[in-house]
Amino acid sequence: MVSATLNKKLWRDLWRMRGQVLAIGLIMASGIGVLVMGLSTVEALDETARAYYQRYRFADVFAQVKRAPKRLLSDIAALPGVQTAEARVVESAILDIEGFQEPVVGRLVSLPSTTNSRLNLLTLRSGQMPAAHRDDEVVISEPFARAHSLHVGGKIRAVLNGAWRELRIVGTALSPEYVYAIGPGALMPDDRRFGVLWLPELALQAAFDLEGAFNDVSVSLLRGARARDVIEAMDRILDRYGGIGAYERADQLSNWFLMNEIEQLRTLSRILPTVFLAVAAFLTNIVLARLISLERSEIGLLKAFGYNRRQIAWHYAKFVLAIGALGIALGWIAGYWLGWYETKLYGEFYHFPFLLYRPAPTAFVIAALVGFGAALLGAMRTVQAAASLPPAEAMRPPAPPMFRRLVISRYAVAQRLEQLTRIIIRQVGRWPVRTLTTCVGIAMAVAVLITSFQWLDAIDHMVDVYFRQAQSQDVTMTFAEPRSVEVAKSAARLSGVRTVEPMRVVPAKLRFGSRERRESLQALPMKQHLYRVYDANGTALTLPPDGLMISSMLAEMLGVSRGDRITAEILEGRREVLKIPVAGIFETYIGSPAYIEERALARLLRESQTVSAMHLRVDSLQLSGLLAELKMLPRLSAISLRAANIQMFDETMARTLIIFVSFFIVFSCVLAVGVTYNAARIALSERGREFATLRVLGFTRAEISYLLLGEIALLTAMALPLGCFAGHMLARLIVGGFKTELYRVPFVLEGSSYGWAMIIIILATAVSTVLVRRRLDRLDLIAVLKTRE
Amino acid sequence: MSKENLVSTADVELVLQARGLTKVYGFGEVEVHALRGVDLDLAPGELIVLLGASGSGKSTLLNILGGLDTPSSGEVRFLDKPLTSFDDAALTRYRREHVGFVFQFYNLIPSLTALENVSLVTEIARQPMPPEEALQLVGLGARLHHFPAQLSGGEQQRVAIARAIAKRPDLLLCDEPTGALDSPTAILVLQAIERIHAELRTTTALITHNSVIADMASRVLHMRDGQIDQQIRNTTRRPAKELSW
Repeated sequence: MVSATLNKKLWRDLWRMRGQVLAIGLIMASGIGVLVMGLSTVEALDETARAYYQRYRFADVFAQVKRAPKRLLSDIAALPGVQTAEARVVESAILDIEGFQEPVVGRLVSLPSTTNSRLNLLTLRSGQMPAAHRDDEVVISEPFARAHSLHVGGKIRAVLNGAWRELRIVGTALSPEYVYAIGPGALMPDDRRFGVLWLPELALQAAFDLEGAFNDVSVSLLRGARARDVIEAMDRILDRYGGIGAYERADQLSNWFLMNEIEQLRTLSRILPTVFLAVAAFLTNIVLARLISLERSEIGLLKAFGYNRRQIAWHYAKFVLAIGALGIALGWIAGYWLGWYETKLYGEFYHFPFLLYRPAPTAFVIAALVGFGAALLGAMRTVQAAASLPPAEAMRPPAPPMFRRLVISRYAVAQRLEQLTRIIIRQVGRWPVRTLTTCVGIAMAVAVLITSFQWLDAIDHMVDVYFRQAQSQDVTMTFAEPRSVEVAKSAARLSGVRTVEPMRVVPAKLRFGSRERRESLQALPMKQHLYRVYDANGTALTLPPDGLMISSMLAEMLGVSRGDRITAEILEGRREVLKIPVAGIFETYIGSPAYIEERALARLLRESQTVSAMHLRVDSLQLSGLLAELKMLPRLSAISLRAANIQMFDETMARTLIIFVSFFIVFSCVLAVGVTYNAARIALSERGREFATLRVLGFTRAEISYLLLGEIALLTAMALPLGCFAGHMLARLIVGGFKTELYRVPFVLEGSSYGWAMIIIILATAVSTVLVRRRLDRLDLIAVLKTRE
Repeated sequence: MSKENLVSTADVELVLQARGLTKVYGFGEVEVHALRGVDLDLAPGELIVLLGASGSGKSTLLNILGGLDTPSSGEVRFLDKPLTSFDDAALTRYRREHVGFVFQFYNLIPSLTALENVSLVTEIARQPMPPEEALQLVGLGARLHHFPAQLSGGEQQRVAIARAIAKRPDLLLCDEPTGALDSPTAILVLQAIERIHAELRTTTALITHNSVIADMASRVLHMRDGQIDQQIRNTTRRPAKELSW
């Protein structure tokens, strides 16, 4: 039953229609490529993180204390469920890097003097480890070294416990604890303003008066041990020494951010590609259906020769499968390559020492099934319709559409239309299904573009609300320890400082019923002027005189509503356990903060008001002077500049999300080109005779082009508003489904995004029409006219 | 008819003059010589019929004369202008202003009514007749607002003729205009061509393989193997309505 001649016909048909075959292949490939790219990137990051953590023995439980004697370590190591425990000194310091005006926040981490590290192992990237007895040798984090072009042999100045010290760089390294190297209070990693330094234990103990003691402990667990039990046991041991509560890996800062980011990517790479693949499948379906409908007379002929329906269906199925295979292969290759490219980008950003890119077959298989399914469904409907006709009827062209004079043609405006325009309008009006499918196809391309743009708009909006509207401080200085209000107020006398606003941050565990969450309480003035609490609507909030003002994300995590009383276990000072009512809940995009009025907190803690950070508004001309002074101040753990934060946020987004989104933009263009190119090519083959006739009648190429391209232009014009509407709805849907602990994305679509989406699609359709126009110019007038209609 | 319709290069400016036309398709072994040196003169107001079997080269000749194709060698002059050296834009202008075509398959625009199909041409022509008038000439004054799908084959071909002559072309070229029609319908179409020739004095060339039709011509050219191998001048032209086959 396999006819060699039929197969020959198949290959020749494919070759003859190569332009369209490629266009459909590209449509499919974009859907498949996006899916493969998204899934494989997330998979690779996830796998890399897991493997890194395992190979470099990233700890399972962490705890910080004020000062604990070294002997406690053996108590912790002896706890049931604990495999290994390691004690360290971890401190913050302000660093001075030559040639960099701003102060840099350094995290100083001790390396055991006597043994090798057993947990949180470093990957030495250059140089060597410091000698245990030296107090001036340091290994610094590789990205930090790179950001400042620091090399082995270079020097860093640091304020250690109030005294300037010069440290010599002996090596650079990476650590699983700082994959996402984020400084205190920052939202984004900033390798220029935050760096990790590893020093011998003895040196750090001496510098911070911690001889024979530690202030940080990491623990790995035995298989099957419950982290919760170990945490409780550790808290019991460390409480008396100023422990602020042990926490598990999930809450470790770098890991929490990393997992949030991966989760965010996972959501993105599920939602957007699904939408994309669905759109691509839909387009493949309609485009193939139209392509096959051109084969109607051939199908009739085959039936007349005696081929049965099954054979005919199989013949066209092969045709479609060949196109599908092309699309899938292209999609796989593109997806694999882009996935690798993306993984590399993220790999740099996340500071992994190695990358594992071994995409599982799942993504590929899903993509291929959807691709083949869509292609076959689209084509077979048409083949069945043609094959069920009597051969004689199928061989005749379909009955000519009944053109009628449209109602509007009676109006004076319509009377003045020239015939060519009339042809365009009638053509569009007479084939409503065709018009609709092409319109929907173009509209879908517009829609996916808009949904891609919405991410950029949303992020812009977040930055604007969070950093520009809500905050108006220039510099935030964070103290190593809470200070009295008076000390803090002396900050006002620093050069260039115009306004100061205090902030108190208290580490706490919040509990409601069985749910618990570590979240610091942020105490602010009732009405803030520099660091304002904004809700999602952009309204500045006045803090209630009593009780907590919490974010809706926190309310959701704890399951509380207004009026409920939260148990707050304060993790410092007298370690009070307080019952605080929820006075208000507000919506915010970033994090899950809890605010309280500053005097209310002082009353609850039964202490005089203290501050842990000061927000400063600074005369910009005196900023550099101020920064120089701040570098010299003892007992600061961090100094951050709002402008730098904004810049960092933008840069990070540019490196991650924007790259991700720009792929979607490229793929949307491919969709648009594919759809319009096919529509134009099919129009050309169906109406070649009409165009040739017009050429014979003396119409110029430009005029004929107007006929075909005008139709596409009209369809595009109709599709644009449809696409904007669909994009709006789709974006809303996607935003609704996107939520991580770190971010909620607001639904924001700027007018310019609609504008850009439309401009890009207009350009994309223009490209495909130019491609078709070249064919129109080569139209063989005689051959076309000689053939029977 | 009489002697005054015969070609005489001395006293009349010729509408078309072709010399040494050849046309070769393909290359090397698959070379097809469609025309092998054709000379032809067309005087104003002539009605000639090109007669020949399929493959004899008559369509190729007509296409070259109508500016749809270019010869491999030889020259065509239209009103003493060298058609063969026209570029694409000039050929388009030539077709637009001077030539009317009628094909075997009517090639009407399906989305336009009879009247609009004719207007299509009159809108871009220099001194056209009103489209209604053209349709009256072919006897379709009552079917102006019908779409092609609502017209019979003969009627569609007459719309095509009306469309071809509405611009008052210097040259009307008909390629098997009755090839797809039964004989009574074909005769109606030929009558339309005859009437237009009589009333507008349009120089007309008509291709057919039906030798009966040759009787209505003033001159009959027989084509064979890409050459004109016989030329007959009809002393009397038979009216189309007397033809039958």
